[in-house]
Amino acid sequence: MKKKIVTIISFFIFFSFNSHALIEVDITRGNLNPLPVAVSPLFIDSTSENKISKELGNLNIGLEISTIIENNLKKTGLFNPLNQDAFIQKPDIAHLKPRFEDWQLIKAQALITGKVEMLENNLRIEFRLWDILAGREMLALAFTTVPNNYRRVGHIITDKVYQRLTGEQGYFDTRIIYVAEEGPKTQRIKKLAIMDQDGANTKYLTLGNELVLTPRFNPTNQMVTYLSYFRNLPRVYLLDIETGVQEVVGTFPGMTFAPRFSPDGKKIIMSFAKDGNSDIYTMNLESREVEQITDHPSIDTSPSYSPNGKFITFNSDRSGYQQIYVMRSDGSNVKRISFGTGIYGTPVWSPRGDLIAFTKLHKGKFYIGVMRIDGKGERLLTENYYQEAPSWSPNGRVLIFYRETKSGDQGEGFSATLWSIDLTGYNERKVETLTDASDPSWSSLLTK
Amino acid sequence: MTKSIFISTFFHIFMIILTALSLPFMRRAPLDLPAIVSVEFIQIGDKTNLPFAPKAKKILEKIKKEQERVVSEQAPPKLVKKEKPDAVPLPKEKIKKKEKIKKNKQNPEKIETEIRQVSEFEKKEIFDPNQIAALIDKSKEETAEEIKKNNKLTQSQDKSIVSSGLTLSEEDALKAQIFGCWSVPLGLPYNEDLLVRIKLELNPDGSIVNTEILDHARMNKPGQSFYKVLAESALRAVKLCQPLRVPATGFERWKDLQLNFDANEMLKG
Repeated sequence: MKKKIVTIISFFIFFSFNSHALIEVDITRGNLNPLPVAVSPLFIDSTSENKISKELGNLNIGLEISTIIENNLKKTGLFNPLNQDAFIQKPDIAHLKPRFEDWQLIKAQALITGKVEMLENNLRIEFRLWDILAGREMLALAFTTVPNNYRRVGHIITDKVYQRLTGEQGYFDTRIIYVAEEGPKTQRIKKLAIMDQDGANTKYLTLGNELVLTPRFNPTNQMVTYLSYFRNLPRVYLLDIETGVQEVVGTFPGMTFAPRFSPDGKKIIMSFAKDGNSDIYTMNLESREVEQITDHPSIDTSPSYSPNGKFITFNSDRSGYQQIYVMRSDGSNVKRISFGTGIYGTPVWSPRGDLIAFTKLHKGKFYIGVMRIDGKGERLLTENYYQEAPSWSPNGRVLIFYRETKSGDQGEGFSATLWSIDLTGYNERKVETLTDASDPSWSSLLTK
Repeated sequence: MTKSIFISTFFHIFMIILTALSLPFMRRAPLDLPAIVSVEFIQIGDKTNLPFAPKAKKILEKIKKEQERVVSEQAPPKLVKKEKPDAVPLPKEKIKKKEKIKKNKQNPEKIETEIRQVSEFEKKEIFDPNQIAALIDKSKEETAEEIKKNNKLTQSQDKSIVSSGLTLSEEDALKAQIFGCWSVPLGLPYNEDLLVRIKLELNPDGSIVNTEILDHARMNKPGQSFYKVLAESALRAVKLCQPLRVPATGFERWKDLQLNFDANEMLKG
């Protein structure tokens, strides 16, 4: 027995010494420079080109799609699309088999090539993603669609590329609904508007004769809920964007605020004031049953479900100042999670489930920030004179919100604009809209 | 009583075997032991008293002495003794070889430590490196060949080598180079382990023969798709950087190199 133990121990020692022989070097830093990507214009042969120009007018569709992809990638802040003038290889040959040395020469690390064809009356668009340094293909896909849907194909390609290179879902084939505002501050006309996430294809969904507020996307489909005043009474509406069909969910006595869908899209959660006291309610969209979730003499507003539907975050002034709370979806186990100085509001649970975005007011400044769901790790991403209403991109990486500028006594110099910022806090961008805009809400991916 | 002893022993043995089998070093490819040992011998000789001097002094001295260093006399005994543990687990064949060499020793001055062939080797090397190579050739041909190679390299060039691993400056040079090449993917999740270990096989000029992701299995696990992205970024960095800034000497030491790419610090702050 002794011998055995000795053998085992010596065996053990042998290996433990042996294991030190390989030299290890820890690389704990890198550069945060965006990844250089070359997006070659998509190749199109002359017969297809003729057919397409009949459908879409004189449009270089290959270049158009590559530009859409470039713009999308650039806006993420994670990629640096290289100037097409520097490209050495022609699109058609590059799509078959790129000369990787040529692309390495211009410092590209990834390359997107593609081909557009007209098959009968449909557009067939294929693309390939190449790893230049490894010298191999990473991804290849083809899509078929009607010709005037080419912009969406550009967005879908970006989603696929983004997912392959970053490991997380993209957010490009999405839309943003917002309140378009026109006119002086005292007499604003507010219309519901929707656009692609890159600002193209803006459409107005209401006429502007009624005040509209807080549009919110259903996370499972293209339905929208919003608040509109009809004869000075707020009503919660449902709108199907695909069909344009609109219906009233219900008329509630007193003020109603901030309707929002549950993650399964079957309920609406909102707050309304009854007898001067705001509490949180849900309404089942099928049975139209209303259920009271909180019952507290303080003001509870801005509810938002966690992605698994088990918890609700909301803000309440039950501690004296407005702070953020989390509770179970049946209203039990209420816990305060924000403890910083200042006033916290509009909590929104990330679709990824790990963070809660909020607006914070502290010493006359507005901040958009995120904290973990237990309230720890608070990070303020951006500061401004007035900004609020963050809404998450479907992958939980970017927030869109709106800002208002300071105006004079008569409302001069006033403007409201949409902005986006990612979780790093460095990539802040203005989202271009045709008119002034507020209260944005980001849709889920149109194709999954 | 005997029963409980039996059970206790059984479980102890079981635990030891389990630990031995599950420890990660078990998976590493067998290393070329003779080669590594021979390189270390040269380094110890070269080092002389350097390990006690600060880094700057080391470099100055290096420049001064460059080619005509007399090594064996200055070798600090402590450092050489450190080699002991490495010598213990060597295969039997290897140990026998050492004993042979020990017996061959003629200069009593140098028989201070267990691994005397270090100093003997060094001293002779100064006079005629090829002869030394031939001497060792008798005990083992393979080793001799390795040493010949190394002699050619080490004789003419700067020898800033610590007995195992890279020196600080060598490591810094390599790190600095790779820091510049590695674009950390910014879309990685914050609540995951962001470490990827890559094993490289290198040419003497620092170009890459082969790369291997050590936790390859993790790539295909559900919810770990980011790991593939991270691993690919590390591979890109290595490829973008090649040829790597490796030390001019001691190829045997670093021909297999492991790089641990750790994005935790970068992204979590």
